[in-house]
Amino acid sequence: MLSAEALRHAFAGGRGEGGSGGRVVALDDVTFTLDAGQTLAVFGPNGAGKTTLLKVLAGLIRPDAGRATVAGGRGAIGWIGHQSHLYGHLTVRENLLFWAALYRVPAATRARRADAVMRRLGIAEHAERAVCALSRGLAQRAAIARALIHEPRVLLLDEPFTGLDLAAAAGFRTLLAQLRGAGRVVVLATHNVDEGVELATDVAFQRRGRFVHFAPRGGRGPAQIADEYRRALGAGGG
Amino acid sequence: MGDWLSQAWTVARKDLLLEFRTRTAIVSALVFTALVLTLFNFGRDPTAVPTIDLAPTILWVTFTFAAMLAMNRAFQLELENDALEGLLASPLSRTSLYWGKLLANLVFVAVVEVVGLPLFVLFFDVPVAPVLGPLIAVIALATVGFVAVGTLFSALVIRTRFAELLLVVLLLPFLLPPLIGAVQVTARLLGGRPLSESAGWLRLLAAYDIAFVTLATLLFPFTVEE
Repeated sequence: MLSAEALRHAFAGGRGEGGSGGRVVALDDVTFTLDAGQTLAVFGPNGAGKTTLLKVLAGLIRPDAGRATVAGGRGAIGWIGHQSHLYGHLTVRENLLFWAALYRVPAATRARRADAVMRRLGIAEHAERAVCALSRGLAQRAAIARALIHEPRVLLLDEPFTGLDLAAAAGFRTLLAQLRGAGRVVVLATHNVDEGVELATDVAFQRRGRFVHFAPRGGRGPAQIADEYRRALGAGGG
Repeated sequence: MGDWLSQAWTVARKDLLLEFRTRTAIVSALVFTALVLTLFNFGRDPTAVPTIDLAPTILWVTFTFAAMLAMNRAFQLELENDALEGLLASPLSRTSLYWGKLLANLVFVAVVEVVGLPLFVLFFDVPVAPVLGPLIAVIALATVGFVAVGTLFSALVIRTRFAELLLVVLLLPFLLPPLIGAVQVTARLLGGRPLSESAGWLRLLAAYDIAFVTLATLLFPFTVEE
C-alpha cells in the first residue's frame, strides 16, 4: 500500500552537522513497506529528516534517488504538515468543501462528509467561523478534518499533536486507532516519543536521514521505546 | 478536459470568494486606477499635447500596473498557512492550478478595467462610444496575454524575498509586445480609423495570447515544484 525504496535526498547549503560537501543529508537509504492497518511512528530529533520523508511520500519533494509509492496516488493521501493549509478568511465549512472538491469527493456527499468529520473532531459548532478567528488548537483540529475529508487510505502526519490540548490529543489518538482498525495506513512523524507510541504497529528512529532502528513495536511500551530511542541516538543527537 | 477545467474553476471560485471577503487587492487596484488617471488628468498641459495622443498610453499604463497588484496577490494568498503545500499535495493537477489562478486574475483585472474605462472617458473626454465594441475586444485580447504571463511569473517569484518588486522587474519586458500592440490599436480606434488598419497589431496580440498561454501552461509545473 505504501513503500519507500532506498530513498536518498539532500538539501543544498549545509556545512554543519549532518552536512556532506555543502549538502545536508535528509534521507539516507530509507526503505520500508507498510500494508493496510499498519501505523509507523517515526521518531527523531529536529533536523533528522522526518518532514522530508513525509514530503517525499506525499509527492511534494522528488528524491535524489529511490522511489516512494502510495497505492492510489495523491488522491489516496491525507496530509497534515506543519501548517494547517487552511484559508484564514474562509469558514471551516467553506475550507472543507473546497478541499473536498479538490479531492474529487462527489458534490452530493461533500456537505454530509464535512459535517461528519467536523462532528468527529468536535468542531461542528465552529463550522461557520473563519479559520483566522480560531484558536491554535481548534485550527489544528480543522487541519485534521481537512486531511480526513476525502477518507484517505494513507495518512501522513507531521507532528499532528502540535497545538492540541490534552482532551483533543486523546480524541485524535482514538480516531487514529479507529482508522488503523479500518485498514488505513498511517505514517506519523514526531520528535516526542510519548506521542503516538501506543498507536504504532512499527517504530523507526531517524537520525541524519537514516533509519537507525526500524522494527515492529511488539509489546514495547512508551518507556521502553523512549529508552531505546535515547540509546539509539546516543551522544550524536540529530 | 472537463475535470481539469472544473478543478480550475474550483480554485478560481475560492480565490474570488477570498477577495470578496477581504477586498484588499481589488480596493487597492481600484484606488490606484483612480489616482493614476486623476494624476495624469491634472498633471498635464492639455494645450501642449493633444489628449487623444496621450490617452491610449495612459489607459494601458494604468491597466498594466493595476493588474500587477492583482497578479501579486494570486499566489500570496496561498502562503497563508502554507495552503500552497496543501494544493501541491492534493490530486489537483498543476495545469488546473495555473488555470484557476489565470481565471481568477482575469476576472479581477476585468473588474478593474470595467471601473477604469468609464473613469478614463470621464477624465479625458475621448470619443469611446462609437468604438466601444472593438475597444472592449482589444482590451480583452491584450489582457489575456499579459495576465497569462503575469500569473506564471507571480508563481515563480512567490517564495523569493521582495516578490512584489521582482515581479514588476521580470514581468515588464515580457509585457512590451502586448502593451505596444494595445496602445497602437487603441490610438487608431480613438482616432476614428477603421479596425482593419490595425490588423497586423491584432494578429500580434492574438499570437502573443496563444503562444504565452500555451507556454505558461507548460512551464507552470516547474515553477511550483520544491
